[in-house]
Order: sequence, then C-alpha cells, then structure tokens
Amino acid sequence: MTFSGTNRYSALSLLKHGLRYHENWQRAWRSPEPKKSYDVVIVGGGGHGLATAYYLAREHGIRNVAVIEKGYLGGGNTTRNTSIVRSNYLWDEAAHLYEFALKLWESLSEELNFNVMFSQRGVLNLGHTLQDMRDISRRVNANRLNGIDGEVLDPQEVSELVPLLNCSPDARYPILGASWQPRAGTARHDAVAWGYARAADALGVDLMQKTEVTDIIVENGVATGVQTNRGLIRAGKVACAVAGHSSVLAGMAGVRLPVESRPLQALVSESLKPCLDVVVMSNAVHGYISQTQKGDLVIGAGVDKYNGYGQRGSFDVVEHALQAICELFPAFRRVRMNRLWAGTVDTCPDACPIIGLSPVKNLFFNCGWGTGGFKSTPGSGFVYADTIAHDRPHPLAEPFTLERFYSGALIDEHGAAGVAH
Amino acid sequence: MLLIACPYCGESRGEEEFSYGGEAHIARPPDPDSLTDEAWGDYLFFRKNTCGVHHEIWFHAAGCRRYFNMSRDTVNQEVLETYRIGGQPRFTTQNSKR
Repeated sequence: MTFSGTNRYSALSLLKHGLRYHENWQRAWRSPEPKKSYDVVIVGGGGHGLATAYYLAREHGIRNVAVIEKGYLGGGNTTRNTSIVRSNYLWDEAAHLYEFALKLWESLSEELNFNVMFSQRGVLNLGHTLQDMRDISRRVNANRLNGIDGEVLDPQEVSELVPLLNCSPDARYPILGASWQPRAGTARHDAVAWGYARAADALGVDLMQKTEVTDIIVENGVATGVQTNRGLIRAGKVACAVAGHSSVLAGMAGVRLPVESRPLQALVSESLKPCLDVVVMSNAVHGYISQTQKGDLVIGAGVDKYNGYGQRGSFDVVEHALQAICELFPAFRRVRMNRLWAGTVDTCPDACPIIGLSPVKNLFFNCGWGTGGFKSTPGSGFVYADTIAHDRPHPLAEPFTLERFYSGALIDEHGAAGVAH
Repeated sequence: MLLIACPYCGESRGEEEFSYGGEAHIARPPDPDSLTDEAWGDYLFFRKNTCGVHHEIWFHAAGCRRYFNMSRDTVNQEVLETYRIGGQPRFTTQNSKR
C-alpha cells in the first residue's frame, strides 16, 4: 500500500476536507530541486514516463529516480488523445501487450488510490464493406484465441446497442456489422498522469517540471547523464519516453529511429444529455466518437499526411472526420464543437511501438506508439521499467525492439491501430 | 492548410491537391543485394524526422502529377521553397531564421 493515514484519498478524507471547505488538501506531489545524480533519469513526464517511474519504484525497488518534463506533467499526448482503452489488436505480439495493459487498467484506480474513471463501456469497430467484415471476423477470432473478449455483431445488434447510429441500408456508409469488445472503454486521461505522478512521488521519485533536456551526455558509448536548463544531472541510466520528440532526443545521442512525428487531432463538443454509452470507431470512413461522463462528445480525427512538431494539424483532416461522424450519426449534425487540439505522435512504419535498449549503453527508448499510446500507458510503463531494471527487454517487449527494422520481423498493426497512418 | 506552389505548374494551390512522399534526397542503393541488413533497414525505415527545416518529396496528385521537393519548417508549418527533382534546397535548419 503506497498511501496510508492522512495521505490516502477516501470517502472519509473527502468528508473531512469537505467540512473544512477543501482548504487543506495536501499537495499531490513535491517539486524538488534536481539532485546531482540519480540511478535512473526518465525524460518525459507524460503517462508513459510517470508509469515507468512508478513501476521502477514499486516493482524493482529503484527509487532514486527522476522524471524530467520540459512542460507540465501530462501536458503532451497523455491529455491530447480521445482516452480510448482497448486491446483488440490482430497479431499475437501486440494483442498480448495491449491485453496486459488492459488488465492493469482494470485495477488501476485501486492500485494508485486515484480515480482514473476507467469505464468499461465497450468499443464498437464498424464494418462498412464485405472486406471490412472479413477483416473484423479474422481479428475477433484472433482476439478470442488470445483470450481477449470480442464478438462480431450484425447490423441489428449494432442498432440496438447504438440507436442513434444510421444503420439503414441506404446510408452513405452502410453498416454491415461491427466488432465489439465489451471490456474496452475510456478513462480520464489527466487523472492517469496525476495518479501515476502522485504514486511515484510517494515512493520517492523526484518529478521535475519545466526542466528541458538540452543534451544527452554520452561518454565512450555509454550514456551518463543529461544536460538540462537546470544544470547537469548525472544518471546511471537514461530512459526516454517523449513520444513526438523521440527523434530529437535520439539525435542528441547520435541514435537514429524509424519514427516520424505527425500531428493527430481530436475535438470535443458542447455538453449534451447522455446519448452515447459506448465508443464507436470506424476505420473505413475514419472517425471515432464517445461521450464523456460530463456529456461532451469526444471525436478523434486522422493523423496528418506530413510530418509536424507544432501540435497543430490540418483542417481538412478534421473536416473528413466530421463528415464521417455526421453521416454515421445524423442527429449530431447540429452539435457545436467547443475545442480542437493536436498532439505530436511518433508513428512507426508498422504502427507498433519500440521498447528497449538502444545502440548506446544505458540509454533506453520507449517510443513509436503513434496513435495508440494512451491505452497502453500502464502496460508500457510496466514492461519499460522491467526492461530498464534488468538491461534486457521484458518478455512482452521482446518483439518490439529496434532490431526488428533490420531483421524484417515487423508487426503490422495498421488494421487494428484504428487511425490511418 | 498549406499553400504549395508546384515548381512545374507555378501556381499556389491548397494542400489537398498534393500527396506527401516523405523525406527527400534518399537515393535508392544502386546494388541492394550487396547491402547488409543494417544498411537495408536504414534505407527502408530510418528517417531524420527533422524538427525544423525538413526537405521532403511531394506529388501534385490533382494537378500536373509530377513529383517535386519542398523545404518546410515542421514546427510552424511554413513552406519555405519548392524545387524540382534533382535540385538542391536553399533553406536548411542552419541557415533559416529559427
């Protein structure tokens, strides 16, 4: 148990603080000055970096750890996604990794003593053509062989599940069926960052915000520390988890990566009364949508066709996503959109991540999650921490090393990744 | 929305007329069979992924249907120049104002 006594969030503590007008809540984490050296320095204070720090401390007893973040915790892709969590990937390697993450999600709120609002409302992947339906059957069968829940639904069942969906046969994109993963769902993304941050801090991890890494120190082929805007920090091991800026960081150490950074956009509507209680995704027409607990519709668009680091995307990509949503859900045509944003995602040629060692000793990379990073946060952190602690890939991460781009053992998940790269 | 001047057509047109071809100036190895796995993997998959001035190939899909090169700042999305295949860029990360 990481939290005890007054530090533990509970119904009782909520009541107690409520009676005092919520004026005396303890800080969720410290803001320490950086020490001269750490056993492990994690670059990137998003979900993956914070989860890695937490599991290093919790599972491996490595507590002399710093997480360095150039902005604020969870300010990048962790809170720029559509917060969907699922594990219905086609290939064994990816399915095992994402299912491992999904199992961690199921007990994450208890584990972190922080309500991450994980809601297993189910995810539908729509099929609009015969080939879509063949792919869906194949994927669902593969999932079930891997012990992952999944069903193929016919249009009647889809219509019963989501009455607002236009399931008529003369629709612009007729719905011929769908895959259905009931255990999938959504989570509150900033709570994930905050929960991991608070739990890692409680175990002694130093979280440093507004601290930018300007160089990675490599001596005789060994990474020994990072130069930051707050001075030099020595490190036994340097572990990067910076998504969109992975290539930039790798370049500091002379490492090349097969990732390309692209903007991925999402948008959110005004709040509506509850009308959509599952997640609906459509690969063919490219839009995905869910409704948050406070009523906004969260809509995911595609990834831009060209590289970009600016956290801004192309408008035509949003337009295409909304065209698809309006055709699928005629009732949403007059819904007004509130906010639009983009995250910089590090896409890999096979739509699968890179987790593991690098050509530089004691330098580790966890990147290339592309459009699917959020759902894997707990699993990614767990296997990455294990990889760092033991200087070898965790068994689940073995297929995801950098070497696969030389051996040719790619894991093509473009179909199940959901977002067209 | 990027406005792109195709160096063959000359006119500035919206990005939807074009498709993207990735990093430019990557020569196909003259003798692929002689390459090591590392060199072949590097040619196929590893890219500069520049944060700053990026030289890239574009295709004027809804126009003259010709390939050309472009220098673009990947942070602020400014199109700095377009130039024909075989040409060399005037803008680089070193000489641009960033």
